[in-house]
Amino acid sequence: MASIQLGEGEKTFIIHGICKDDLRSDGRTCLSYRNFELECGVVSNTSGSARLKLSNTQVLVGVKAEMGPPNPLNPSRGGIEFFVDFSANASPKFAGRGGDELAAEISNMLGLVYKNKKMLDYKSLCVIAGQCVWTLYADIVVLECGGNLLDAIALAVKAALYNTRIPLVTVHKDMDGTEDIDVSSNPHDFVTLDTKNLPVLVTVTTVGSGHIVDATLEEEACSMACIVAAVNKEGAIDGMVKKGSGSLTIDSIYKMLTSAKQIGKDLNKSLDDFLSKKGSDMSSKGFLT
Amino acid sequence: MAGLELLSDEGFRLDGRRPSELRKIRLRLGVFDQADGSAYIEQGNTKALATVYGPHEVLGGKGKPLHDKVIINCQYSMATFSTNERKNRPQGDRKSTEMSLHLQRTFEATIQTHLYPRSQIDIFVQILQADGGNYCACVNAATLAIINAGIPMKDYVCACSSGYVNNTPLTDVSYLEESQGGPVVTVAMLPKSEQIALFKMDNRLHVDHLEQVLEVASKGCKDMYAVMNAAVKEHVSRMAKSMECS
Repeated sequence: MASIQLGEGEKTFIIHGICKDDLRSDGRTCLSYRNFELECGVVSNTSGSARLKLSNTQVLVGVKAEMGPPNPLNPSRGGIEFFVDFSANASPKFAGRGGDELAAEISNMLGLVYKNKKMLDYKSLCVIAGQCVWTLYADIVVLECGGNLLDAIALAVKAALYNTRIPLVTVHKDMDGTEDIDVSSNPHDFVTLDTKNLPVLVTVTTVGSGHIVDATLEEEACSMACIVAAVNKEGAIDGMVKKGSGSLTIDSIYKMLTSAKQIGKDLNKSLDDFLSKKGSDMSSKGFLT
Repeated sequence: MAGLELLSDEGFRLDGRRPSELRKIRLRLGVFDQADGSAYIEQGNTKALATVYGPHEVLGGKGKPLHDKVIINCQYSMATFSTNERKNRPQGDRKSTEMSLHLQRTFEATIQTHLYPRSQIDIFVQILQADGGNYCACVNAATLAIINAGIPMKDYVCACSSGYVNNTPLTDVSYLEESQGGPVVTVAMLPKSEQIALFKMDNRLHVDHLEQVLEVASKGCKDMYAVMNAAVKEHVSRMAKSMECS
């Protein structure tokens, strides 16, 4: 991520706080999450969008539903594709092609988690089997990078998918047997996606001998390894990746996963609560507030 | 023109504006904490975000530091979901490269470049939603971001586009009006001295009409200036107040 430089003293201070006192420099305990600000329906020419601000991390997700030919291996299923754009706004390092590698890593991770058939009802995205399906393009713009980017992205993606409205289409057969697609001209005729099974990503970062969730940039600089787990609302794990240059013992991975499960469950719950209230917003103030 | 009546007999445009009317402008300075300066602007449905980093040491492959002035590095990008048809890449295509270059020229003409020799200023703009007048929104957002960063300029740079339909010049053309194939003139202007930092025209326009169209565009720039200046003043007074309190 956009890394910052810390002196040895600063690192020791952060590590000691976490390992000895369960206290972090911003006053949180090891397993507490920062408050985040979420808004749905920010970009009006997308099918669905969400903006999430987690302290200094800010991401914008736009989902566009496009009709096209299906994947030949799964002719009767729609799909979802992720694209991450590290905007130069976040750091001059990402100018040009600077963010491409990180972006590929993140979009692959999301693709892997969402490949599971149980995530979304991909069958309902099929219009005519073998000919025409909906593909959801989830495009993520990273506007500000202040630590814990993956969690922020996954939360925003889930919110944007909840916000997504796909136009209602009907298929009717012509006299000669050819199928015709009719897209409803009424903008109020739309279908929404069922996002209740979608997981959120929880990054658990090891710092010294302890582990924390929702790390800030400073804490990420003190850490050698982290695991990213996709946790759904029941606390089941849908995918997991270890990142970073350090190594972990099996024991510590178990401990970290236990924390990830709990945090993931809570996060899902608060996100679902929010979405059921505000998730269908279509015109919000965005950056003006 | 493709069956769309850009200007009705009563003199109204497709979105209900009069020919010389700008779209609704909403803007905010200082949207990000990490950058040295940032701004967000909405002109109708066109939304742009600009950040400024610098002046700092010359970084990356931007060539050698210049001994007499600052290097201005611009990048224009469009979010992949910003257009009606999804884009494959946010930047790096020809159009964005051209836009980056235009931005660079515009701001080289306005920033007091001689004040920061051997340094670099980065200006990054991103279009979040495109609905015509993208370049204008970028210039306006970048100007505000530079002001927010406290970098001295000769004057504001305000940009506005204008078109020409049925012998009537139109200000601040939207995507629908832009895409009908009529002439579009884009002007970036220093409103006080009335100097033009960038002038660009797409499609064909008779030279006799140019004066009218330019007139309208420069009026648009000045209107834009009034809005931007008011917003900057409000922002500064709010900052001053919050300083007093603390």
